[in-house]
Amino acid sequence: MTKHDLRGLTRRQLLSRSLSAAGALAVTGAGFIAAPNAAWAVEVTTITPEQMATLLQMARDIYPHDQVADRFYAVAVRGYDSEEQKDFVAEGVAALDAAAQAAGFDSYVAAGWEEDRVKLLQSIETTPFFQTIRAGLVTGLYNQKEVWPIFGYQGESFSEGGYIDRGFNDIDWL
Amino acid sequence: MVAKFDLNDDSVVVIIGTGAGGGVLANELAQKGVKVVALEAGGRYLPEDYVNDEWDSFAQLAWLDARTTSGSWRVAKDFAGLPAWIVKAVGGTTTHWAGASIRFQDHEWKALTTYGAVEGANLLDWPIDAAEMAPWYDKAETKLGVTRTGDRAGLPGNNNYLVFEKGAKALGYKEVHTGRMAINSSDYDGRMACQQTGFCFQGCKWGAKWSAAYTDIPAGEATGNLEVRERAHVARILHNEAGKVTGVEYFDAEGNLQMQKARIVCVAGNSFESPRLLLNSASSMFPDGLANSSGMVGKNYMRHTTGSVYAIFDKPVRMWRGTTMAGIIQDEARHDPSRGFVGGYELETLSLGLPFMAAFLNPGGWGRGFTTALDHYENMAGMWIVGEDMPQLQNGVTLSDAKDQFGLPVANVHFDDHPNDVAMRNHAYKQGMAVYEAVGATRAFPTPPYPSTHNLGTNRMSAEAKDGVCNKWGQTHDIANLFISDGSQFTTGAAENPTLTIVALAIRQADHIAREMSAGNI
Repeated sequence: MTKHDLRGLTRRQLLSRSLSAAGALAVTGAGFIAAPNAAWAVEVTTITPEQMATLLQMARDIYPHDQVADRFYAVAVRGYDSEEQKDFVAEGVAALDAAAQAAGFDSYVAAGWEEDRVKLLQSIETTPFFQTIRAGLVTGLYNQKEVWPIFGYQGESFSEGGYIDRGFNDIDWL
Repeated sequence: MVAKFDLNDDSVVVIIGTGAGGGVLANELAQKGVKVVALEAGGRYLPEDYVNDEWDSFAQLAWLDARTTSGSWRVAKDFAGLPAWIVKAVGGTTTHWAGASIRFQDHEWKALTTYGAVEGANLLDWPIDAAEMAPWYDKAETKLGVTRTGDRAGLPGNNNYLVFEKGAKALGYKEVHTGRMAINSSDYDGRMACQQTGFCFQGCKWGAKWSAAYTDIPAGEATGNLEVRERAHVARILHNEAGKVTGVEYFDAEGNLQMQKARIVCVAGNSFESPRLLLNSASSMFPDGLANSSGMVGKNYMRHTTGSVYAIFDKPVRMWRGTTMAGIIQDEARHDPSRGFVGGYELETLSLGLPFMAAFLNPGGWGRGFTTALDHYENMAGMWIVGEDMPQLQNGVTLSDAKDQFGLPVANVHFDDHPNDVAMRNHAYKQGMAVYEAVGATRAFPTPPYPSTHNLGTNRMSAEAKDGVCNKWGQTHDIANLFISDGSQFTTGAAENPTLTIVALAIRQADHIAREMSAGNI
């Protein structure tokens, strides 16, 4: 970035850029988005890594659970990497980024604070793009059996004989 | 030996739907030697088929054929194509129901007399009363093995109940217990006792909860007088020039149109499909649909004033463990207009698994206000509100422009809350939150109504033919050999979960039909 480019940028924009660079999601190269610690990666074949990173950030901002790792959110949105969804994603992300730019950020993911990103999402809340992503997450995120133990939910119980001998009335603090 | 009747056999009683109404009626008639063909739109699923998984079970059992919605109720916005959470399967919604089995209070049979006229409501007294129904309730409770009736013990309370009970008693509520439930507290009727598994809504894999699917249906089939045809979707009821019904047209499992002749037709497809079928059966003789001279087919739809209250505590509750709805506070079920509304409501324990909690806690909600609630799912307790809602003329089922997979117009379900419903719900939210706050809740959530499970009133019973669709026997005012056999015959909704009353009415109706057939009257 040249000095010339920096002219006109607000302090918040500069801050958001630096925060973004330190963020948990990294576009690591063509076709991949991965965690900096390589704990997980999503391969993208039709949408761009940047678009997938945007969807991931949206997922985290729509249903933020700090104890739930990125890889579960990645599972919830990776289905958008498809020929049928390509244009839908491209247009939706472009609109979200346009809203971000109008608010003085480089892009949606470049807004470093969740509070700022949530405001951007609220500005597109009634669009089919936002509504589709949000509705899809309800099952895409919360219906992953691997996520349930993080919330303490035990799932299927018939094969264990129910809870009749496993604490259906074990509350001890009343 | 399971019966097989000929399509041209015009001596059979055809029952459309096999749930709490149709399934029980089919068995009761078969036990009396009456030949019955029961047509069920769904397939047959038994305890070994049920799954302890909310979304998988929903996909297996729920009625997912198209419906449309309108009106100011929030369900029309959040679940526009899913106005009801009911079942398409042999046994109907008795696979899914929670088992709460409580009788109407005496005054609820006389809503208009007791409450007086309520502006905007279309209240009416039932043409039957508590004394008339008492022996039928006795039979229904015995059939279902209802706990705390007869000599049957109550169920033990689970964690969710223990929190609920402590809060209720702290508030001074007196009528608090683990409910009268059609879930065995000990072995009964060849079915085992509840194993506190949770997943009551997903079909009881132990068979501890009564469901027509594995009680009345096979019992009826064993008589040799009942044939159940699965995946038979009824399109139209036919009639002759004398205005008597003569049979039904249905699409069979292969999608072929069939015609079954009948001596009597009983409609038990629930409060959406039953009026839809009568409306879709319009003819030159009955241009407004069958049994609709009153114009009341599809009108006065009731869904109970519902809502839930969930609350978070600073320690674990694990509400999902154990019987889902074995817990009730009945103190608010009384009629006491000093609270600002007529009629009353029950509070009943309820829990949802994490996947459904995410879908129903605050539909459409997102962000940390929503997710911090789910973060404490393990520390959450929950209850459901079931109150009497007002019948209103404009609430109900009409034929939509949308068509189903057979090209038939689907039901559009319109609902607006009555001010009485809103006042009752707000009162119940406040009381429900107070229950939990009395035990130290740190946060409480007045959760909006789910897609309807109690669907009532769209072919209502009335003393006068001008006021409703059927008489005190469920027999339509207009057509002597056409009966309404499900919750759509409810004149008013009362505060109680409706299944026990639907079952009691079905047993009583079977008695009437068999008697009238013997007498040669129908």
